[in-house]
Amino acid sequence: MGSGSRWAERLLESGALSESGRPLLGPGEVECQLLDGVDIEVVDSGVEGDPLRSGLLILTNARMFWVHQHSRSAFFLPLSSVSRISAPRKGLKSVFSSTLRLRGAAAAHSSVTLLLSFRGHASSFDNLVSQLGAVLQSRAWETLPAAAVNPSTASASTPSSHWNPSRAGVSGILRKEQEQWEQTDKNLQEAFHDLNALMGKAKEMVLLADKMRARLLTEGSASGSQQELHDLLLSVGIASPVTKESAGALYHQQLSRQLADFVGSPLQSAGGMLALVDVYCLFNRARGTELISPEDLLQACDLWDRLDVPVMLRRFDSGALAIQIKSKSDDEVVARIMRLVGDLRTGVGAREAAKCLGVAPALAKEHLFSAEARGFLCRDDGPDGLRFYTNFFKDAQFP
Amino acid sequence: MGDFKFPYFFDYPPYFTLQPVQDTREKQMQLWKELILRYCQHHKCFIINLEQEFPLFQNLSIQRKLSFEAREMFLAALVAEGKAEWLDKAHKKCLVLWRSIQEWSEMILQLVRDNAMEDGVLTLDEIQSGDESRGTELAGIDRFVLVRALKLLEQRGKAAMFKGKAGDDEGVKFSAS
Repeated sequence: MGSGSRWAERLLESGALSESGRPLLGPGEVECQLLDGVDIEVVDSGVEGDPLRSGLLILTNARMFWVHQHSRSAFFLPLSSVSRISAPRKGLKSVFSSTLRLRGAAAAHSSVTLLLSFRGHASSFDNLVSQLGAVLQSRAWETLPAAAVNPSTASASTPSSHWNPSRAGVSGILRKEQEQWEQTDKNLQEAFHDLNALMGKAKEMVLLADKMRARLLTEGSASGSQQELHDLLLSVGIASPVTKESAGALYHQQLSRQLADFVGSPLQSAGGMLALVDVYCLFNRARGTELISPEDLLQACDLWDRLDVPVMLRRFDSGALAIQIKSKSDDEVVARIMRLVGDLRTGVGAREAAKCLGVAPALAKEHLFSAEARGFLCRDDGPDGLRFYTNFFKDAQFP
Repeated sequence: MGDFKFPYFFDYPPYFTLQPVQDTREKQMQLWKELILRYCQHHKCFIINLEQEFPLFQNLSIQRKLSFEAREMFLAALVAEGKAEWLDKAHKKCLVLWRSIQEWSEMILQLVRDNAMEDGVLTLDEIQSGDESRGTELAGIDRFVLVRALKLLEQRGKAAMFKGKAGDDEGVKFSAS
């Protein structure tokens, strides 16, 4: 390169090359297009100089390199400083080569025009141009760390850290995605950190609300302040004991009705009775996100006594809880069991009862127990397990 | 004395399971108490030992038997009713009084009358298994029960027991009044 190319050193920035003569890219910088045999010259800018001849033009998502392998010189132009690209004026040059004008700011000059020319296949150059257009449009350098655009200003002590072969091509894209992923993950972790802090505060809030609720319970007199307190508690979302006495907190009322509506059809298909744990699972699964706690479920069921709904909570002697359609009265169940038990020889076990009643064996057992407690059945605790017979003891006599 | 006729409910498995429901259990107990008395009377069985097998408490044809808890409970119920007595502190041996001591004593008196033994003397052995008692319910009476019945008669002044000479059996002298 002759002294006539000094302009390049003034206007363009020197690019660092690796040992094998490849430009060192910054983090996130990816090569988009290469074209060999490109000349660059400065035109119409009040700057004199010979063109840079026959270099390798490397377009990345942040810069445009011109590399002369032989002399191991490289210059680059940050794409951020390109303000305009245009088709060349018709001239002699354009007859023999493809050209492109680049206009931008460089060094001290506010406006510089560079001319790229390429003597090879026009289609290759067209590719480059369209790529350049795309890259300029995407303005990828804005999201890249500063070092990508200006790696020479970054610590050049470890050139290998700036250039990573895995950045090229598909793996480069994958790598980029991975980095984005990791960044998201980090952001989430930070967010949760904040969330934990929030939860801590929430605990304090709940403690405070409990204290207030306790105060409400003890003081019964000043109804005005009580109402205020109760409203405050309700707005915070905590059920107030005052309203619980009257009709249950609004939340639980609504939940109770919703539950009653929901549980109707599963009950029908389960033969009229479902264990409470099953309802808990079904209901929460249907809700999807705003899951309810077991306590909420229990309270909702308890409220059914006061609401006019066709379902009821059933407490068995054993402590088991189930939800039952009101119309499916016990008498009907007992009648069905008695018909089944008719044959005194083998008795009825939980399995047979379950099949006859169309409910789960555990619930069928409960039905058998309750029929026994009412005196309709008696039990046989034999080697085959627990079986139930008609209560013959009632009318038994010595012949 | 033919085979003992078991009641129909003896073949129902629940009969051998101690019923948890109070009302049902009470009815079950009633049936068992009566059954025990009838069975013991039929077989002239006076003692039931809880630590031994007793044929009444199982039904092999339906493969059921009463639990220890149930047996103890039913016998205790008989004792509470006065129809049985525990012979030991551990409540393992039970004396079944399918006839009360009072009834036994009346039967002895009847035996005495029937055999014109007022003012007579009988050994206890004779009462238990002698000619006089053959064919009556007294035949085969348990010695312990007999003594108790005679003691009752003693109290009423109807009899007086005495010990025989060394080696001889105990005897009882009856008085007409």
